[in-house]
Amino acid sequence: MKQKTLFILSGLVLLLAFVAGTLYYTSQKQTESAQAVAGKQDNLNRAYSPTEGPESAKVVIVDFFDPACGTCRDFYPFVKQLMAAHPGQVRVVLRHAPFHDGSVEVVKIMEAARMQGKYFETLAALFASQDNWVQDHRVQPERVWAALAGIGLDLDRVRQDMNSPEITAHIAQDMEDAKALKVTMTPEFFVNGRPMPSFGYEQLQALVEQAVAENYR
Amino acid sequence: MQNRPDPAPAETTSERAWTPAFLAWLIAAISVLGALFFSEVMKLAPCELCWWQRIFMFPLVLILPLGLFPFDPRVVRYALPLALMGWAFALFHWLLVLGVIPESIRPCVRGVPCSEVTFEWLGFINIPLLSVLAFSAIIALLALTHIKASK
Repeated sequence: MKQKTLFILSGLVLLLAFVAGTLYYTSQKQTESAQAVAGKQDNLNRAYSPTEGPESAKVVIVDFFDPACGTCRDFYPFVKQLMAAHPGQVRVVLRHAPFHDGSVEVVKIMEAARMQGKYFETLAALFASQDNWVQDHRVQPERVWAALAGIGLDLDRVRQDMNSPEITAHIAQDMEDAKALKVTMTPEFFVNGRPMPSFGYEQLQALVEQAVAENYR
Repeated sequence: MQNRPDPAPAETTSERAWTPAFLAWLIAAISVLGALFFSEVMKLAPCELCWWQRIFMFPLVLILPLGLFPFDPRVVRYALPLALMGWAFALFHWLLVLGVIPESIRPCVRGVPCSEVTFEWLGFINIPLLSVLAFSAIIALLALTHIKASK
């Protein structure tokens, strides 16, 4: 009898400690990430970044993403849905956080495609064929080029442009900003400067709706 | 029940052997919750060697209570191989982190390198060391259970 009580009590104490630790850690993390962003609005928005949606939109989603990241691909249509749900009110700023092996090369290609006015076509083609050119979390460069065949890009020019110092500088700046904002996983979203309290579709949707309500009554 | 001259010593033997087995479970449970806290709450991806140690630590949390209620000293027989295997992986991991084992033979490539030290308290306490200590304590307590039960 005494042994059973001891066992059950210890089990309960351990579980309680775990739950308390989890609650403490997540609340600590939230204030930390809010603070990380607070003084760093400059790091959020750079003039060179590709954006989607009208310039006049008052709700700005900053999306740090990696073209090789599966969750980023899955989130992308959802972000488009959020824009469609609030027409003219939401704008997306795309920031590159190439954390996967070989991902920097892909971002270079996307930036070079942007010079030809085909950034979003390239992004769509890359996301659609991601399973082909990302294997075991590693980018397979030859397969990236195959994925870009059908969208009317001048691939020779892409090869020339992708190593321009301008593109290298943009990527370095994006990575630096990601570090300053404590972006360690992709995708990471900031809505009008506010990070998601925890990761998920609903959390992002709630943030966007809150920002829309604040800016458009 | 009848005519037994003195049943008390038998009971105390089993009771004495129960306590170290229970403590072994307690350490296993703390280790598992700690590991889950690192990976699920703090979102630190476990490296490959960490997964091997988890494979041998997690079942202990379930197997040991089965031997505690009702107390079965043979639980040592079932739990000890797991603890020994886990201990070997933990020791290997710790030596790797210390640099005693050279980088070239490190077996992990995917995701997180095992030689990376994620945490260090007081300059020498890191997660692999905690794992070595936990498995060592479990082995010692299981040995104690066996000794006390066979007396």
